[in-house]
Amino acid sequence: MKPVSHTEVVISRSSTPNKGYGAKLKRFLRECWADRLSYLFLAPFLLSFVCFIIIPVVVAVLLSLTSFNGFAFPRFIGVSNFIYMFTQDVVFMKYTIPNTLKFALVVGPGGYILSFIFAWLIHQLPRSIRDYFSLALYAPSMVAGVALTMVWTATFSGDSIGYLNNILLSLGLIETPQLWLQDPKYLMTIMIVVTMWTSMGVGFLAMLGGLQTVNTELYEAGRIDGIKNSLQEVYYITIPSMKPQMLFSAVMAIVGAIKAGSISSALTGMTITPQYAGHLINNHIYDYAFLRYEWGYASALSVVLLLASYAIMKLSYWVFGTKEDE
Amino acid sequence: MLLSIRRNFTLSRVSLILFLTVIGIFMFLPIIFLFNNAFKPLNELFLFPPRIFVKNPTLFNFEQLFLHTSAGVVPFTRYLFNSAVIALTTTFAVIIVSTMAGYVLSKHRFHFKAFIMGAILIALMFTPETVAIPRYLIVSGLGLKNTYLAHILPFLASPVAVFLMKQFIDQIPNSLLEAAKLDGATDMYIFMRIIIPLTSPAVATAAIITFQTVYMDVEGSTLYMTKETMKTLAYYVEAMTLNIPGVAQLSIGSSIGLLMFLPNLIIFLLFQRKMIQTMLHSGVK
Repeated sequence: MKPVSHTEVVISRSSTPNKGYGAKLKRFLRECWADRLSYLFLAPFLLSFVCFIIIPVVVAVLLSLTSFNGFAFPRFIGVSNFIYMFTQDVVFMKYTIPNTLKFALVVGPGGYILSFIFAWLIHQLPRSIRDYFSLALYAPSMVAGVALTMVWTATFSGDSIGYLNNILLSLGLIETPQLWLQDPKYLMTIMIVVTMWTSMGVGFLAMLGGLQTVNTELYEAGRIDGIKNSLQEVYYITIPSMKPQMLFSAVMAIVGAIKAGSISSALTGMTITPQYAGHLINNHIYDYAFLRYEWGYASALSVVLLLASYAIMKLSYWVFGTKEDE
Repeated sequence: MLLSIRRNFTLSRVSLILFLTVIGIFMFLPIIFLFNNAFKPLNELFLFPPRIFVKNPTLFNFEQLFLHTSAGVVPFTRYLFNSAVIALTTTFAVIIVSTMAGYVLSKHRFHFKAFIMGAILIALMFTPETVAIPRYLIVSGLGLKNTYLAHILPFLASPVAVFLMKQFIDQIPNSLLEAAKLDGATDMYIFMRIIIPLTSPAVATAAIITFQTVYMDVEGSTLYMTKETMKTLAYYVEAMTLNIPGVAQLSIGSSIGLLMFLPNLIIFLLFQRKMIQTMLHSGVK
């Protein structure tokens, strides 16, 4: 990819001879000055980025090495938080990790594939009615917090008035009302269903937009080159043409799956779910940070979460990333 | 609408529409429920077997909401005003800031670019909740407590929006910008006249997500605001549903549920239409 601007600067860069550190520094500063407009454009973002994201994260990493209760000054204890986490924290090893993995593996890729399928199907519709369908599918992700809780607790309510119990009872599929949200057997499944329902979010929108940017001439060219059915069309033309959007929504799906945590407490009304059935890593962080006031350990947990999501992110780049990208 | 369906009448298309309609109704059902719930009188809210559609619509729930709040220190409208101001300002600011950053990151070449991109990619997974304490220290250190700025600034750095913009601007051909350069356009001109009009779909998406995040945010009000008059609707809703048990909660809760959902819906409709229109007219493929 050729740089659009500063072509002349690049030329002058390569022609300047190296003369020790002083000259190098001078050249570096001169180049920075030549790029000043770029930095100016970036400045508002960078300033707030450093203030509200980088510094807090660095502080969190530092705190993860301490014992800190939120009141007294943090006491440095090295990596003991991490050692404790993987050797003695029974809840973490026995419930949090398996639950989070299960949840993220189903909701992440599942939601991602579903959003692509639906976006693609909607794109096949005539333009005049497309909007209504995209609205219907996107709407659930706009319902948050209270409203979400209201609707779903009514559905899965444990008495015979609950919608699901009511339907299943009248169909004769169950004999007594089930305590859907209190029973550890069902809680996880329900959490997954509800999250999938809200998962047609930003990623879905991005894919809808991406589908519209695909050059339609490519389809004709593809037909001449021997593409027979629409499945081949999707695989050879659609997906490669909308790689940026695919990557973006993959990232959003991962983030969504990892971030989810409030869903279990919203559904059950308890911060700690029955028998830790719906205990995700975010619940664990919340537990240690706001119930036990062990900020150091909570920070260590969030560092682990950050590292894990970074690893998954790298993986998705490896899958979707464009190779010639700089 | 009907005409275009008839023109393209084929079996596969009709079955596709049918299938999507069923899915759409299933997805939309809880929202219909939400709408109807807000207008149900008390006896219908507790009806057995539960009914989705309201039979005798009433504004009783909204009356309850306003009655309850007029008894409080801060009127309900104040929260609404705060939320509106904060959400709109933030959305606008985020769009400007992210488009600028996205343009530079996509089309310029300079030192630290790879480094900044790397940081943004990692920050995509950033969860503000996990670093609440350091953030609080920074906000109070900057003297922003009890100001609107404390609601707005933490959202200004939106890695998602910047990433979206960057990815989108990547698709704008370099030759277009080079041609403008040859004609003597400055960076500012390119940004205002070429980048901004061509990125409208990404702007629409960024606007929708930013508005939602800000509008739903409770953290800002809980942590950075000590004055009740500076808090937002989302905070009020949470405080309300957590504190009022029993019958009142169900009636107030159902009306609030609708109130929280509506602005999101409006913003979405507004921007989605714009997004599609610009796609049709701008000639971007």
